[in-house]
Amino acid sequence: MFDQIDLTKLIFGRLTWEAIPYHEPILIATFAAVVLGGIAMLAALTYFRLWGYLWREWFTSIDHKKIGIMYIILALVMLLRGFADAIMMRIQQAWAFGDSAGYLPPDHYDQIFTAHGVIMIFFVAMPLVTGIMNYVVPLQIGARDVAFPFLNNFSFWMTTSGAVLVMVSLFIGEFAKTGWLAYPPLAGIDKSPGVGVDYYIWALQIAGVGTLLSGVNLLVTIVKMRAPGMTMMKMPVFTWTALCTNVLIVAAFPVLTAVLAMLTLDRYLGTNFFTEDLGGNAMMYINLIWIWGHPEVYILILPAFGVFSEIVSTYSGKRLFGYASMVYATVVITVLSYLVWLHHFFTMGSGASVNSFFGITTMIISIPTGAKVFNWLFTMYRGRIRFDVPMLWTVGFMVTFVIGGMTGVLLAVPPADFVLHNSLFLIAHFHNVIIGGVLFGMLAAITYWFPKAFGFKLDPFWGKVSFWFWLTGFYFAFMPLYVLGLMGVTRRMSQFDDPSLQIWFQVAAFGAVLIAIGIAAFLIQLVVSFMRRESLRDETGDPWDGRTLEWSTSSPPPAYNFAFTPRVHDLDAWWQMKQHGYKRPESGFLPIHMPKNTGAGIILAGISTVLGFALIWHMWLLAGVSFLGLLVVAIGHTFNYNRDYHIPVEEVVRVEAERTRVLANHG
Amino acid sequence: MWKRNGHGYSRTMVDTTHTQQAQGQPLQFYETEEHHPQTGTMLGFWLYLMSDCLIFASLFATYGVLGRSYAGGPTGAELFDLPLVAMNTALLLLSSITYGFAMLEMQKNRVRGTIGWLLITGLFGIGFLSLELYEFAHLIHEGAGPQTSAFLTSFFALVGTHGLHVFFGIVWLVTLCFQLRKHGLIPENKRRVACLSMFWHFLDVVWIGVFTFVYLMGVLV
Amino acid sequence: MRGTLDYLQYSAMPILKLVRGLSLTAAVALLAGCDAVVMSPSGDVAAQQRDLIIWATVLMLLVIVPVIILTLLFAWRYRSSNKNATYKPDWDHSTVLELVIWGVPLLIIIALGAMTYVSTHKLDPYRPLDRIAPGQPVPADMEPLVVEVVSLDWKWLFFYPEQGIATVNELAAPVDRPIRFKITSSSTMNSFFIPALAGQIYAMAGMETKLHGVINEEGVYDGFSANYSGAGFSHMRFKFHGMSEADFEQWVTKVAAEGDTLDRDVYRELEQPSEREPVHYYAEVDPTLYDAILNLCVEPGTMCMKDMMMFGHSGHHGGHDGDKAGKEEGHDDHGDPATGHGHEQHQ
Repeated sequence: MFDQIDLTKLIFGRLTWEAIPYHEPILIATFAAVVLGGIAMLAALTYFRLWGYLWREWFTSIDHKKIGIMYIILALVMLLRGFADAIMMRIQQAWAFGDSAGYLPPDHYDQIFTAHGVIMIFFVAMPLVTGIMNYVVPLQIGARDVAFPFLNNFSFWMTTSGAVLVMVSLFIGEFAKTGWLAYPPLAGIDKSPGVGVDYYIWALQIAGVGTLLSGVNLLVTIVKMRAPGMTMMKMPVFTWTALCTNVLIVAAFPVLTAVLAMLTLDRYLGTNFFTEDLGGNAMMYINLIWIWGHPEVYILILPAFGVFSEIVSTYSGKRLFGYASMVYATVVITVLSYLVWLHHFFTMGSGASVNSFFGITTMIISIPTGAKVFNWLFTMYRGRIRFDVPMLWTVGFMVTFVIGGMTGVLLAVPPADFVLHNSLFLIAHFHNVIIGGVLFGMLAAITYWFPKAFGFKLDPFWGKVSFWFWLTGFYFAFMPLYVLGLMGVTRRMSQFDDPSLQIWFQVAAFGAVLIAIGIAAFLIQLVVSFMRRESLRDETGDPWDGRTLEWSTSSPPPAYNFAFTPRVHDLDAWWQMKQHGYKRPESGFLPIHMPKNTGAGIILAGISTVLGFALIWHMWLLAGVSFLGLLVVAIGHTFNYNRDYHIPVEEVVRVEAERTRVLANHG
Repeated sequence: MWKRNGHGYSRTMVDTTHTQQAQGQPLQFYETEEHHPQTGTMLGFWLYLMSDCLIFASLFATYGVLGRSYAGGPTGAELFDLPLVAMNTALLLLSSITYGFAMLEMQKNRVRGTIGWLLITGLFGIGFLSLELYEFAHLIHEGAGPQTSAFLTSFFALVGTHGLHVFFGIVWLVTLCFQLRKHGLIPENKRRVACLSMFWHFLDVVWIGVFTFVYLMGVLV
Repeated sequence: MRGTLDYLQYSAMPILKLVRGLSLTAAVALLAGCDAVVMSPSGDVAAQQRDLIIWATVLMLLVIVPVIILTLLFAWRYRSSNKNATYKPDWDHSTVLELVIWGVPLLIIIALGAMTYVSTHKLDPYRPLDRIAPGQPVPADMEPLVVEVVSLDWKWLFFYPEQGIATVNELAAPVDRPIRFKITSSSTMNSFFIPALAGQIYAMAGMETKLHGVINEEGVYDGFSANYSGAGFSHMRFKFHGMSEADFEQWVTKVAAEGDTLDRDVYRELEQPSEREPVHYYAEVDPTLYDAILNLCVEPGTMCMKDMMMFGHSGHHGGHDGDKAGKEEGHDDHGDPATGHGHEQHQ
């Protein structure tokens, strides 16, 4: 019964040689570079016999510190990809005027801006935020790990799995050409019959599982695992923002899962959620996706607010001004972020009452946000500010972010939005808050906590170079977009008629080049710092004269974080310990109960990647097999009851004695 | 100056510190005993259920929007077989009760009783799923499949998602029975039985919503 | 609204004048320096929207500018090398300051919120115009020009039901006469936008949105889709001609004379995706065509949505919500079920 064609279809689905974009020189060159680089890396790993080390110490690790670092590595790798997309767009838009079509046909350009948005939000900003929270939160609350260490590892690999699918789309098939939120009907099967939207859907669904579980995990960690004495109002502000962010994750991502599942059913089974005919309603998609999408931007910005709060207080050598109002502001923002989603589509024709309601709720968010800015300001007031690189990022943020906030409130006025919506003004606004807020925050966080994670500071010279190029690059790249928006220029255009616009795009492209230098300087900074690690070494564990518990342990912290669980009496727990002449205990150690590494997370995520790929290409046989595999491995994992062990007391004594020795040498 | 205000948490703290020091009791900055943080599994699972609840909320909202978009196709009143659905509801409610018995047995530390009641719960679950599949097959056979209209799309999505949850609940239940046989009522297994219990009752609650909102109201209109 | 603003101006510090002066100078510089159509529109609605942008910006600069200045000032003054500056490491609270930092943004948002509420209702795109220019109400006997707009992949089709003509990628209207656009789409979502005239509104298949505007100066303006809709999106542009009454009559005559027939077959041909579509004129236009497009029943044999939705359910659900909202919001005709469908979510 099986004739040849059916079998091929069953195995390969719609995957044919045509799917390989060998006629696209840009993609082929990228592909060659990735393959060569990949081979070189694999060869190096094999040559230096690093596979076993990586597998044992990193890939299967359930240590929140290592998982946090892996998240950040993932984010930085994806930042390079997302930024490559950005610079390609800037070149195209600075070039394609009048008769010139530029170098990217719409088909390619449309994939690039979609991929840029998806990658930057889901695979750069999210992993950065999750990675920093993963690394810092348990240390700040005096815990030894997160509540569910295996889930943490699994979450990371699921996020990676999503990123892998997005990267695969570059070389096999195509990515979505719909914009980063894939509105139907454009994302429906009639208008987008290819695999692009399917890559989008499955990458986000798989990564979404990871995000949701990591949200639950960190939430439980913060609620249940704080050190004795750390009441809610003595939690460091970063932990507070992490708490609120994870509440938002748990309460928002299910909506994304549901709405993407509905789009999937429309595309795969021909159902009618969002179709034009048979009663479907595309406006429902737009509503639902923004019910997720607006909290999402607060998911990103709140931890950045937390980072700035820590930094501004540390480098001003001063208690944070208005801690309580900072906390209330964070909570108010968390709640309000659910009441504003409609401001993303005032232009859909809602009535004036609906529009003004959502416009005003949006503006109200600027009140707690404004209060936060003032709190940072008055933390600096009568401080003694050291301008290390993290503090530079903070000042850069404060100046830049308020401009973005202002244009945001402007866009919240519905009649103003009618003329600014979908324009480059909007693009400038959200880059203003996402780069000026989230990205500056995360780069500051990386610089701030890097010595904690690796035991040496980042080289300040290259850090400053990176900061200044990022800052000026940002202004050059995005201020022209504000102007272009006021000139009535729409987003997502690949070609322009009006030659008078060209100069603005050229300035913007120049800005992108400055940012590229900023990114390069950041990478150079990593290398230079590694080379100079001996002179940048932090032996105290407290390189910045910090205030919170993570600075009370060594840099990098031992696997168990704290030999003895700290007892907290004050908001700035470590600062208070220093003020009271705290002496580190050097005896009385006990064995420490810790979770064991497991390979289940990476295996499950690996199978999920295969399953996603099979579903994208309609390879039903492979999809069935990998789904069963997923089920079997998941069930098999639940039969593993042997999940923890004790670090023997001798080991603890040895590690702590070594630290005593280092501290004595230092001091 | 700072003491006057209502936000004196930090000041107060330092003040106590001074008092304590004055009394010759230096602040203790670490635990000398092994510190056991509370287990967060139940809270974590509860949070997961709440997030799952939001998936259902989205599907309910979708049904609320699309539930009258018949697009010339059949309506709920024409399609729904209330006695069948009532029977289905009864099966699921009974399964919740039998799960309760399993929990009672577990509290008395009786492995066999626990497994027994769990299996009965699973049978009710299978009964529920079979009836649901029969209903779906019947609808599709009559030409009222999920592609027919937005109403049917949202109906199948909502009811089907619930059914899918029941299916995975049964898979979990069977797995758990094996684990109980192998390891007995050790703390890990007790925790798992309790989590599955929450999951199962959660599905019951969702179903009551489905039954009321979709079937009863669908027939009324 | 103006009253509130004036009150704010007088009660606020003199810095306001400076800020306002600066920002207005900046705005003027922008106008002069480049062709910022949003800041110098030619239609009354867009002009009011421009004023709103300027006022809202000025209001926000009241707090933004001091914050930026203070940030830089504090950063400089309290640098660690400046040992003369006061250092108070434990100072972390001041009730007065807390009141100010919550109060000032609150006051500004109250002012802005009031402005938003009033202007959103006044400039609701569904609301028929009551003036054609400042101090110039719509004459009692003047009926708005009705244009039915359809976005197609990737071009614009305009029906002039009164004139019995239709055009592709060219729109014309007489100056100082209100225009009422009824907007829909053949499939993909677009956004109908003529920045010089008025704000944008989405064009969605199976539903009708509305927009009111008036053009006050003769001229040729850009119109386009502001919402990405696929490969040909960049060229989904048209020219909007603001004409004198006489020129407009002449234009209509020209279209009627030169135009082809537009029936359902021609439309199905036209509906096929195409890019950089040249201007077409149509003279003999099927009068039921727009309604058929709106109700997704251009294909022979397909049932129209407005009929289909009524089928099989006893309650008259379709237009009800829309009607009710229409009364409350002062929207004009929400009568037909196809729009009612769209408004079920809206209201």
